[in-house]
Amino acid sequence: MPRNRLIALACLAAVCVVLYMTLAARAPWSFLLPFRGTKLLALILVATSISTATLLFQTITQNRILTPSIMGFDALYVLIFTLAVFFLGSQAVMRLPPQMVFLVTCGTLVLAALLLFGLLLRRNAKDLFQLILTGIIFGVLFRSLTSFLQRMIDPNEFATIQVASYARFNDIETDLLIIAAPITVIALVLAWRRRDALDVIALGPDLATNLGEPPLPRQWEVLILIAVLVSVSTALVGPVAFLGLLVVSVTYVLVPSPHHRHLLPAAALVSISVLVGGQTILERGLSLSTPLSVIVDVLGGAVFLFLILKGKRI
Amino acid sequence: MRILTALAILLALSVLSLFVGVIDLSTDAEAWSLVAVSRFPRTAAALITGASLAVAGAIMQLLARNRFVEPMTAGTGQGAALGILLVTIFAPSASLGMKMLLASSTALITSFGFLVIVRRLPVTQHILVPLVGLVYGGLIGAGVTFVAFQSDLLQYIEIWMSGEFSGILQGRYELLWIAAIVAIASYLVADQFAILGMGKSVSLNLGLNYDHIVLLGLLVVSVVTALTVVVVGMIPFVGLVVPNIVSRLMGDDLRSTLPTIAALGAGLVLACDIAGRLVRYPFEIPVGTILGVIGTCVFLWLLFAKPRHAA
Repeated sequence: MPRNRLIALACLAAVCVVLYMTLAARAPWSFLLPFRGTKLLALILVATSISTATLLFQTITQNRILTPSIMGFDALYVLIFTLAVFFLGSQAVMRLPPQMVFLVTCGTLVLAALLLFGLLLRRNAKDLFQLILTGIIFGVLFRSLTSFLQRMIDPNEFATIQVASYARFNDIETDLLIIAAPITVIALVLAWRRRDALDVIALGPDLATNLGEPPLPRQWEVLILIAVLVSVSTALVGPVAFLGLLVVSVTYVLVPSPHHRHLLPAAALVSISVLVGGQTILERGLSLSTPLSVIVDVLGGAVFLFLILKGKRI
Repeated sequence: MRILTALAILLALSVLSLFVGVIDLSTDAEAWSLVAVSRFPRTAAALITGASLAVAGAIMQLLARNRFVEPMTAGTGQGAALGILLVTIFAPSASLGMKMLLASSTALITSFGFLVIVRRLPVTQHILVPLVGLVYGGLIGAGVTFVAFQSDLLQYIEIWMSGEFSGILQGRYELLWIAAIVAIASYLVADQFAILGMGKSVSLNLGLNYDHIVLLGLLVVSVVTALTVVVVGMIPFVGLVVPNIVSRLMGDDLRSTLPTIAALGAGLVLACDIAGRLVRYPFEIPVGTILGVIGTCVFLWLLFAKPRHAA
C-alpha cells in the first residue's frame, strides 16, 4: 500500500511542478526555462532538505514534535553568519565568493550543532520536554544575540544580514545552487544509505542496541547530516519555522509506514508539493503579498497544537 | 531588610537613569526641562513596566499552575498586538484610550484561550505547558504578521512587537500609571492568588470563589500586558525570570514576596534600559533585545540548576 501512496504523491508533486513552470507563461520559453527552472530547482532542494532533516531528527530523538528549526538550528546559522559580518565587516564578507562563505558557515554550524545539541541529546535523552524547551530557548537566545549584534553593526553592513534573516521564496540565492545542489545530493544519498539503520534506531535505544545497531555513533552521523541540510535550506531561503513539522506530520498520516525507505521519499514529495504548490498558488493564483513562510508558520503552529492536544488524550 | 536594600538599589538606578543620555545635564542650561520631558518619564516608564510585568508574570504562573509561563510569550502580548492591529485597520481614528481598551479585550480573550488549552493538558507534564504557550504565542504572532502583511502595516506593527523606551516622552506614557495601580491593587488579593496556585479543589475547600479569582487574575494579567504593549511594546522574560528568582530565594507566599517581585522587576528592566543606552553610546539598543539575551541565559540556568528543595 505505501507504494501506491508514494506513486500518488509523486503525481501530485509532478502536477505542482508542471503548473509552476507553465501557469501564466507569457514570456518565451528561452527566458522562462532558465528563470523559473533555477527557482524551481532551489525550491525542490529546500523542500527535500527540510523534510529529510526533520524526519532524521525525529527518528534519532524518537519523537514527533521536535524539529531542527524548533531546536534553533537555523537561528544558529543566521547567528554564525552575523558573527562573520560583525568581526570581518560586510566588505570582507561580500568580497569573498558566496560559495566559500556558505561552506565556512555550514562547517561552523556542523561543529556548533555537534557540540551543543550533541551534548544536550546525551544529557537529556530521557527528559524529552526539557530538551524541547531548552531547544526553543536556545532559538530565542540565538535570535536575540543576532539582533543584538545587528544593532552593533553599521546600518550599511546590516543590509547584508537582513537578507539572510528572513525567509524568502521569491528571491532565492541562485548563485549558491552550484555548490548547494551537489552537497544536498550527497547528504541525501548518505541519509538514504542509512535507511535500514534508521528503521532500527526508531525502535528506541534498548531495542536498537539489542539488534546490533547502537544508536550513539549513528546519532552523531545523522546530526552532521541534519546540520548540513539545514545550512543548505537556510542559506537558500532563510529560516522557515514550522515547514518541517507540518510536512512530516502530514507524511506520517498519509504514509503510515515504519520504514524509512517509504518515509524519506514520501516526506520529500509532500514537502515539494507544499512548497512548489503553495508558491504557485500565492504567486500566480491569489497574488497575495504575504510570504509563503508566514502561512506555513500559521498552519504548522496549528498542527503542532493539535498534535499535542490529541496525543496526550490517548 | 531585603526589601530595604532592594529599594536603595532601585533609587540609585533611577538617579543613574536620570543622568545617562546624549545631553550632559551639568552643562546644559535647559537641563530641567529635559529631565521633566524625557528622562523622568523614561525612568518612570521603565520602573512601572518592570514592576507590573513581574507581578503579572507571578499571577500568570499561579493561574496556569506552572513556573515556566509568562504573558509576553504565552499569547497575551500577541493578543494585545492583534487588538492594536484590528483597531488600526477598522477604526484608525480611535483614541489611545480606545486602542488600549480593545487591546486589553483581545489580550483577555487570547489568555483565556491559553488557560483553556492548559487545563486540558496532563498536570504531570510541567514542561509541556510553556512549550504549548510558546507555540500558541507564536501562532497568534504569525497571524498578526499575516494580517499586517496583507494590509501593509508590517512596519507599523513592528513598533509594538519589540519594546523599547526611547520613544517615551511626557504625555506619551501616562497610561502606564493605570498598570501601576492595577499591580498595586493586586497586592490586596495576593493571598487569594496564592491559594489559586494550589489548584481548584484546595481553593474551593478553603472557601475561595475560584472562578471569580481566576477571572480577576486574568484581568490583571491582560490589562497590565496590554498597557505595556500599547505604550512601550513587547518586553519578554521579565514576567518569567523575576518571579522564579524570588521564589527560589523567598518561597511562595505571594503576599510577602510580591513587593520584592515588583522591586526586582523594576530594577531589572531599568538596568537593562540603562545598559542599552550605554553599550553603543550615543546610539541605543532596545531593552527587549538586552533582556532577550540576559533572560534566556537566566532561564536556562533555572531549567538546569538543581532545585534546593524537592520540587
